[in-house]
Amino acid sequence: MPEYRWPDMSKRKVMGQRFSRLDGVEKSSGRAKYSSDLNKPGMLHAVLVTSPHAHAKVRSIDTSAAEKHPGVAAVRVIAPAGTEIQWAGWEVAIIAANTELAARDAAAKVKVEYDVLEHFVREADLKKVKTRAKPAGEQVEGDPEMAAKQADVVSEGYYGIPVLTHCCLETHGNVVQWTPDNKVEFNPSTQSVTSIRGDLARLLSVPAANIHVHQDHVGGGFGSKFQPDRWGLESSQLSKQAGGRPVKIFLDRATELVIGGIRPSGFANIKVGAKKDGTITLWESESWATGGIGGGGSPPIPYVFTKIPNRRQSHSAVSTNTAPSRAWRAPNHQQACYLTCAPLEDLAAKLKMDPVELLIKNAGLTARPDTYVRQLKKAAELSEWSKLWHPRGDAGKGSIRRGLGVGAGTWGGAGHDSTARVTIHPDGTVEVELGSQDLGTGTRTIIAQVAAESLGLRVQDVRVKIGDTNYPPSGTSGGSTTVGGVSSSTRKASLNALEKLYIEVAEALGAPADQLTVAEGKVLVKDNPAKSLPWKAACQKLGVKTISETGSNVPAQAAREGLNTGGVGGVQIADVSVDIETGVVKMNRLVAVQDMGLVINPKTAESQIFGACIMSICGALMEERITDEITGRVLNADMEFYKLAGIKDIGEIVVHLDITEENDKRGVIGLGEPPAVPGIAAISNAVANAIGLRVPTVPMTPMHVLNALAGRKS
Amino acid sequence: MQPFEYASPKTLKEALALLGAGWGDAAVLAGGTDLLSLMKDNVMAPKRLVNVKEIPELKGITKTGAGVRIGAAVTVDELASNALIRASFPALLAAAQGISSMQMRNMGTVGGDLCQRPRCWYFRAGFGLLPTHEGKNLVAEGDSRYHAILGAGPAHFVSASSFGPALIALGAKVKIASAKGTREVEAAKFFVAPQNSETREVALQPNEILTEIVVPVSAAKNATYEIRQKDALDWPLATASVSLTMKGTAVGSARIVLGHVGPTPFDADGAAKWLAGKTITVETAEAAGKAAVESAKPLKDNAYKVQMAAVAVKRALLAAAGVKA
Repeated sequence: MPEYRWPDMSKRKVMGQRFSRLDGVEKSSGRAKYSSDLNKPGMLHAVLVTSPHAHAKVRSIDTSAAEKHPGVAAVRVIAPAGTEIQWAGWEVAIIAANTELAARDAAAKVKVEYDVLEHFVREADLKKVKTRAKPAGEQVEGDPEMAAKQADVVSEGYYGIPVLTHCCLETHGNVVQWTPDNKVEFNPSTQSVTSIRGDLARLLSVPAANIHVHQDHVGGGFGSKFQPDRWGLESSQLSKQAGGRPVKIFLDRATELVIGGIRPSGFANIKVGAKKDGTITLWESESWATGGIGGGGSPPIPYVFTKIPNRRQSHSAVSTNTAPSRAWRAPNHQQACYLTCAPLEDLAAKLKMDPVELLIKNAGLTARPDTYVRQLKKAAELSEWSKLWHPRGDAGKGSIRRGLGVGAGTWGGAGHDSTARVTIHPDGTVEVELGSQDLGTGTRTIIAQVAAESLGLRVQDVRVKIGDTNYPPSGTSGGSTTVGGVSSSTRKASLNALEKLYIEVAEALGAPADQLTVAEGKVLVKDNPAKSLPWKAACQKLGVKTISETGSNVPAQAAREGLNTGGVGGVQIADVSVDIETGVVKMNRLVAVQDMGLVINPKTAESQIFGACIMSICGALMEERITDEITGRVLNADMEFYKLAGIKDIGEIVVHLDITEENDKRGVIGLGEPPAVPGIAAISNAVANAIGLRVPTVPMTPMHVLNALAGRKS
Repeated sequence: MQPFEYASPKTLKEALALLGAGWGDAAVLAGGTDLLSLMKDNVMAPKRLVNVKEIPELKGITKTGAGVRIGAAVTVDELASNALIRASFPALLAAAQGISSMQMRNMGTVGGDLCQRPRCWYFRAGFGLLPTHEGKNLVAEGDSRYHAILGAGPAHFVSASSFGPALIALGAKVKIASAKGTREVEAAKFFVAPQNSETREVALQPNEILTEIVVPVSAAKNATYEIRQKDALDWPLATASVSLTMKGTAVGSARIVLGHVGPTPFDADGAAKWLAGKTITVETAEAAGKAAVESAKPLKDNAYKVQMAAVAVKRALLAAAGVKA
């Protein structure tokens, strides 16, 4: 068995290099085809009829007029009479027609009568929430009463972080064709090419072997695109009903923002206490959150500083008549980070202590003190903390107030199950195939780098093929598990294939197969590098044979093999300027220090962190799903009032990758989630530092900032 | 979307003949940045679209005896790059620059900006200009964070026009044509707060086209200050346009017009009168800002906009007078 361990950091030729994404030009020039770009001959377009009511019972549904609408090929009722609708946007019927316009016009002709029931859609006020809350019971650790009495300083506050949506630029949907021979061709926008086949097989009662899934690119998922979803199932049925014509459905923007996925909220009344020297001794929290009708959302607080000795915690899941939550880039972590780092910064202000010092002082309360201390110092250095930070409220006189704030995060990120197949052709061509997907993070590129490194080739010598169920199974891209999984499986498959090649060329090189190695496009004898064959010449020795070998990442073995692992910390410091007359917050800088194990491609790693920081800026300052108490609907299901930052709203982002020999030895660790955690807390703390008081709820829109400054409740 | 007929007349006369007696008969299409989304959302469903971008009478920016004439189909970008505008009307220039999307500036027109429909989220969801649901006033009892703080009601949406406040402050007039002839309306009277759900928010009839805007040229110092959350394309939360006719170093007469705070641009006449005879300083500008919002009656969620509007006035005055804060 080959030695799978990564080559030493100093000996790597391709891994660790800053390669641009292999599909970068294709994507930035618009040539990349997403599933939503697909148009097949004879294709029908499907649209959903959804409920305008947040809570209602369907009394009757009549699709006869829609069925007669010109161009309509198939109609299905999803919510028959008697169905209890639990949120506005609930799928009621679906229509396939020759054009999207015909489908939309027909949808308007579906007559649905509802018995409207009472709804509940806003959870920020605990008093109003009570009857809809399910308390999870109180947890007590140590002696919080005593700790409260003995604390030199106690800080109390209300904090809130709202529901926001995934807002994928490529909305959810698919093109599907279910032909009369019971075969299904499925082109989804998904984070899980391999597993979505099994899910669809179950939903359609079609053998998985009859289903082929293909996707080249996905335009955003963030945790919301794992399942075929109701529209995937129903559009498949429409295709069957229409005699096997392909059917395309992609949610319109409004529907995407309402039912395409949300991040649960997090609200809490929090009390923290400390000794004069900053030693944190007390945590009390009464928290609540909603993730839709099923409640959901339980932020793990206190976060990072988990070992605060005396704790009293209670949490309630609030059921609202809103569409259910989905995993959102580090589920529950932004909420937990905000609900912890904001109260700790308020405590620091009350202690008249530098918050970075407070966190350093209490690093022992975390699972990785050394990492956090190192990162806090690095982030402080990069943000010019010692020069720019000032005690809270000490930001000078004018209308523009500058402030700095800090947040800390953590994540797992070990590799998922993944199998790769490496094929070496007699002409020297190399293919790597995985049923994986590239969420835009550079997965294709790092696979090519790993294969090239392992085979002694260049990135351009390797052809990476992903996004298809004809390739070996690879895991779901969730939980920051992809890079660990696919890099390890690619490594193993490459070396397994190479082992077979060595056998074929051993004779020509006059050395035993186990004495051969590869470097710089040659197969050579380890002890006698002068004896070598160029890669192409070596492969020609295969004659008519083709080598095709697989390799798998098995999570339970991964740590032992040293290829990938999980568990990281990260620290971010935000630098903002707040116009206290208008409430407008501008980002000056966001510094992200991230520990992440072995870095295969520093450029794509940095890009990941840039993206995560931008999401945090949006979440801290702009993004919020706004529901209407009267109609129960989402008011800002558009990109006009569901606000996202533009390039000028982002400021400078400074990324520091914690690349060290020590981190490298841990193997590959996922990076999707970790840097998306601390930013919101850091920005909120920076605003508090700038204006001298806490804006208790994010996003810190001008409304919330001015309300906080005026002492008004938002 | 309701099927519609598309016409692209080459003369104003032809265009006017294509309009109807009711709003549902025809709609004037200029940049389409608003109309098309209204149609897609089924808020408007005209039977005919009359494209006015091919009509020479609606184009160009020229100097006339009465001032600078701006064709209604002039794009925002053409306005912002025009030397006459840049020389005399910083208030208009700033308003144009506030539309911070190149695509919008390239497609959107000055006339379209004045005629665009409100962005009220209840209106856009099909609940009308005076939205109610099951007997409840949606704006007053629902979410009013982006709604009006000024105006006598019953309309609570805010006028979305970027140029309206500046044109009013500059004393502009708009020309309106119908098959029967043309009429001229003061910019201030072009915007109307609807008293019932049947009326529109501008003084146009279904059979009329806004053809041009005439801005008198004077020595008045003018400026617009816009408060937006984002630097990227975003609706202002409050704006103020001011025009100051100076008498020596003091203000002879002033006009102060607020935007995005009421169903029409709000002419803060009292504040303007108060300013007469005073020198613009941080203090007087701030006092004028406060005076401008004296009659504000914020709704449940938008008290924050009162201060914002006052600040916009203060900053616009300081900008016009060239005083540093």
